[in-house]
Amino acid sequence: MSGPFVRKSILPGFSLSLGFTIFYLSLIVLIPLSMLFLKTASLGFKEFLEVIMEPRTLAAYRLSFGTAFVSAGINAVFGFIVAWVLVRYSFPGKRIVDALVDFPLALPTAVAGIALTELYTPTGWVGQFLQSWGIKGAFSPFGITIALTFIGLPFVVRTIQPVLEDLDPQIEEAAASLGANRWQTLTGVIFPIIFPALLAGVTLALARAIGEYGSVIFIAGNMPMKTEIAPLLIMTKLEQYDYTGATAIAVGMLLISFLLLATANFFQWLTSKNLGKT
Amino acid sequence: MSIEVKNIRKNFGDFQALQDLSLKVESGELLALLGPSGSGKTTLLRIVAGLDSVDQGQVLFEEQDAQHQKARERGVGFVFQHYALFRNMTVFDNIAFGLKVQPRRIRPTKAKIRQKVLELLNLVQLEWLADRYPWQLSGGQRQRIALARALAVRPKVLLLDEPFGSLDAQVRKELRLWLRRFHDEFHITTLFVTHDQEEALEVADRIVVMNKGRIEQVGTPEDVYHNPANPFVLSFLGNVNLFHCRLAEGKAFIGDSALDVPGLVLDQPKTAKLYVRPNQFKISRGPGKGDALKAMVEYVNPAGIVVKVNLKTENGERIYVEISHDEFNHLRLMKSQQVYVSLKDVTYSEYV
Repeated sequence: MSGPFVRKSILPGFSLSLGFTIFYLSLIVLIPLSMLFLKTASLGFKEFLEVIMEPRTLAAYRLSFGTAFVSAGINAVFGFIVAWVLVRYSFPGKRIVDALVDFPLALPTAVAGIALTELYTPTGWVGQFLQSWGIKGAFSPFGITIALTFIGLPFVVRTIQPVLEDLDPQIEEAAASLGANRWQTLTGVIFPIIFPALLAGVTLALARAIGEYGSVIFIAGNMPMKTEIAPLLIMTKLEQYDYTGATAIAVGMLLISFLLLATANFFQWLTSKNLGKT
Repeated sequence: MSIEVKNIRKNFGDFQALQDLSLKVESGELLALLGPSGSGKTTLLRIVAGLDSVDQGQVLFEEQDAQHQKARERGVGFVFQHYALFRNMTVFDNIAFGLKVQPRRIRPTKAKIRQKVLELLNLVQLEWLADRYPWQLSGGQRQRIALARALAVRPKVLLLDEPFGSLDAQVRKELRLWLRRFHDEFHITTLFVTHDQEEALEVADRIVVMNKGRIEQVGTPEDVYHNPANPFVLSFLGNVNLFHCRLAEGKAFIGDSALDVPGLVLDQPKTAKLYVRPNQFKISRGPGKGDALKAMVEYVNPAGIVVKVNLKTENGERIYVEISHDEFNHLRLMKSQQVYVSLKDVTYSEYV
């Protein structure tokens, strides 16, 4: 590499805006995070491991990450379909459907949780049908997954939508004139172009689902070892004034989440580096 | 393969894109659809390709009705103005796409596909780009890859939608000649849309001049240029001067001045519009034998193959004339000079 470290830009304000960015990120993100690590550091490494390897903690991790993964997967499929419909077709009420997608973001999560619980309890509108098929709606991992899916949908839809809108319809026509059927066009041409955006959206939904608290605690039932999510376990520890225990669990979550996000970003880079901008 | 469209009608809402249009493209022909934007030429091309439907009328391939065939079943190669390359694939995979999506029983082996793709890359002279991605190519390279991709499936018809429209002038000329040579070698029935009259005149076997969803004239380049069917064709194919005049006794009377019109035979005087190409004028320094228009040189531009001269007549009409450099040197034209303009020929006259 030759040349200066920072390429000179004609746009003014680089040092000022970069300085502000670093200051802001430190204040809002880095300092609170480092506090978390400092607090955990008052435990020895062995005790830290003890806390996070406790069966109850492990069960909570498994539940949190498991349900988050499943809900992100569900949103990947259905969010894609919703975005596709919103971009490709025009129909009466489209604007309303489009606005509905943002709803889970605007709704207080507790309200969403209560509403979903109401629906999915064994006596609720949906719950009674599930009950008759032997499926437990609320107060089970299934219920948690439903709440997380609800919360994550807008992330997937809103990330894919602009990419789908930019997709040149002539690419599909070119594929058709070359003899490809719809399925071949979708899998061979459209999907590879959409994939990085889809992955980004799913990662956002996943991240949100891992940390989700408000909407889950009502529908989960919160039985230790069974339906207790990790964020709730942290709350429980806090209520018992076990601050270091709480932060230890938090650090554990943080590390796993960081690993997941890094992996997702790597694949996103890998799949988008050859797409260029044409 | 011959293509025929019969009485085609197509509306987009209130806009009539094609109005009862019929056209036959002979097998092995290179035909240009020429017209201004909104004339319906691209719509016609897309209908032939099966990318648009018709409201009424028929599309026949080799005398067979093709209406029920979808785009992917028609065996046409389509090339878009903006290339529409698959940006997730390398150049190689782009060209191979049409072969790879064929049903298993007719799909060539991997080795065959590879050989075919390399052949096509060779044909468009871009072998060294096989592993590049579309965004790494220039416009001209992209369009050649798009052509190679369309040719991979051995189309019976090649349809090109303003294929050189978004390229530099230099590259455009080069590709134009390449297309002509390619067609002379392979004789695939080719239909190409353009709004550039020079391109159509240079490349096509026959030209279809379109306007407002209708065909104005069909003919060889020579035909449409020298014997235009109407003023629209005339003015669309190159510059033309228009004179509103009265014709009588072998002369045109424009305002107070008279002008000799060669070859004019009329029974009785008529009001007319006279259309004259820029190269059909003769400029002299002094009044000649016959009647000529007195004019002043407004602007001279000697840069180019011909010398472009803008004249202003006594009546205030402007005339655009092109003369050879020999003539220009002989006349030694200068700005604000007085000259006389006479007619060598008239392209077209319309009586009103």
